[in-house]
Amino acid sequence: MAYDKFTVLTSTAVPLPIENVDTDQIIPARFLKATERKNFGDNLFRDWRYNNDDSPKQDFVLNNSIYTGKILVGGRNFGSGSSREHAAWAIYDYGFRCVVSSFFADIFKGNSINIGILPVQVSEAFLEEIFRAIEADPATELTIDLAAQTITLNANGSQESFDINGYKKNNLINGFDDIDYLQAMKENIQSFAASKPIK
Amino acid sequence: MSNTASTLFDKVWDAHVVRQIEDGPDVFFIDRHFIHEVTSPVAFLGLQARGIGVMFPEHTFATADHNTPTINQHLPVADPLSANQLLALEQNSAKYGISHWGLGNPKNGIVHVVGPENGITQPGMTIVCGDSHTSTHGAFGAIAFGIGTSEVEMVLSSQCIMQPKPKKMRINVNGVLGKAVTPKDVTLYIIAQLTTAGATGYFVEYAGDVFENMSMEGRMTVCNMSIEMGARGGMIAPDETTFNYIKGREKAPKGADWDTALAYWKTLKTDATASFDKEYNFNAADIEPMITYGTNPGMGMGISHLIPKAAELAGGVSTYEKSLKYMGFEEDEPMIGKKVDYVFIGSCTNGRIEDFRAFASIVKGRKKADHVTAWIVPGSHIVEAQIKEEGIFDILTEAGFQLRQPGCSACLAMNDDKIPAGKYAVSTSNRNFEGRQGPGSRTLLASPLMAAAAAVTGVVTDPRDLL
Repeated sequence: MAYDKFTVLTSTAVPLPIENVDTDQIIPARFLKATERKNFGDNLFRDWRYNNDDSPKQDFVLNNSIYTGKILVGGRNFGSGSSREHAAWAIYDYGFRCVVSSFFADIFKGNSINIGILPVQVSEAFLEEIFRAIEADPATELTIDLAAQTITLNANGSQESFDINGYKKNNLINGFDDIDYLQAMKENIQSFAASKPIK
Repeated sequence: MSNTASTLFDKVWDAHVVRQIEDGPDVFFIDRHFIHEVTSPVAFLGLQARGIGVMFPEHTFATADHNTPTINQHLPVADPLSANQLLALEQNSAKYGISHWGLGNPKNGIVHVVGPENGITQPGMTIVCGDSHTSTHGAFGAIAFGIGTSEVEMVLSSQCIMQPKPKKMRINVNGVLGKAVTPKDVTLYIIAQLTTAGATGYFVEYAGDVFENMSMEGRMTVCNMSIEMGARGGMIAPDETTFNYIKGREKAPKGADWDTALAYWKTLKTDATASFDKEYNFNAADIEPMITYGTNPGMGMGISHLIPKAAELAGGVSTYEKSLKYMGFEEDEPMIGKKVDYVFIGSCTNGRIEDFRAFASIVKGRKKADHVTAWIVPGSHIVEAQIKEEGIFDILTEAGFQLRQPGCSACLAMNDDKIPAGKYAVSTSNRNFEGRQGPGSRTLLASPLMAAAAAVTGVVTDPRDLL
């Protein structure tokens, strides 16, 4: 599925200073019953965001209109648990294009990049600085420059660089995906498969 | 011939790299691909949108498990959304020529139970599925891990995914396990030591005599939980136990093919001088029957211990306090004696025959506690049949338990098997996340022995007291 190219993103951010945010919180299993990728954003953080009667929980950050933006900032070990890509779909479909944390779970990180969300891993200290800045001023803007691999707190210029491999970076900047790449090398795959001693 | 010592993981990984991309992932060939109803439909839609097909349909196996009822499976599935997902799996499988073990098929069951049970899972293979507990298959010396739906589409269309090679970790557990200490306790102990993110970025090899002496069922339980400490997967070198398990199963190699495969499988072990990026050593004697008290699988403790104090933690105090508040527990209190409302035995972690034998060993001659609702869910129809053949069914019935039909059930509560808000469940499954077993549910992860002890006493009980 095509996604928006990622080059430079400047946006306010939504803070979620909780550690080990798992994929069951991002989207509970009972909302995984669709056979199409539609409207998963509606159930993003469902049980933290809504009461049992579907009324919004006023103390949850997504229900607080002072926090907006295309960047979600989460505590350490974001996205642990299940391999459900629905978690990344929910975040994307809600409108986020980037998740910032000091540590990501592997599968979530891979799924995110595959669908056009940039996971930005920063130091524990920089993450704290971001949380403090947003707490002091919800209008705080961050700039994420993928080509330069930097994340900047615009107000004071505080900056860190982040890692991403060259192949995936190129994919995100150009909106490419792995399936196109793999389709282009099917002959190599065919001969690799044929040469395996045990099939 | 390389003169570099390599690990079991290196040997299997390197044999599956089709292409190495500079400053990028490896193009990684997949031998066996399992699909189920929840994470595959969007991948099939993707194929359709691109106008591409399935490259090797004979290497993909479909089974319905996540979203199936565990009673009255002969009736139409009541929830239209669930029914639609099951239908999509059936139709997509038929359209592309993929083997499909749907609801009612005698081979149906939880994907990570039926794969090994039917001999599909073999040493040295690469195995993926859109489910994080695919790590289970590592018990056979395979590299097996969970993938997202974009990757399911990649495997369907090209039998490959794009993966950077993880770092390597070895976890050695040596010594003799104590009374009532099961493979589930071993894995919950390791996860409690490493924390829920302690192995993120790594692929784990489990080594040492504790794993060498473990059955295949036990090894599957351990490898299954690798993801719960963040590892992509875990694996155990194949040995006679492995070969004996596989031999004669439906999809296992036969005749001359068996001999060829066996000769290869016997090469699959870590060289003596090979090195790991990280290594841990644990002593079997230090492991007690385990139980979790919090909202991630790393929040586990020996049953005789007290819930840790927030002040003793290295960090993350507010997250820890939020977790205990959700569970309704206080720091520095024991778990023993806490009231239990539900007991769930089943799942890809503990839904195999050995688990039900263990459960029955405590239940035998006792009665289910009146206030406990127990869901006894076999991992497959084959396990269900074994339960009946071995007389476990009679023991359960005698004690007031009912046997349900196979599926993932209350492990993730996608179907109707939901633990109500605020209720406590001792569960043999793999995750105790907030709401995992139903909105507001509170999960205590434990072994089948601990689950049985809770089911008959109605409170958290040290299983050693009942054996």
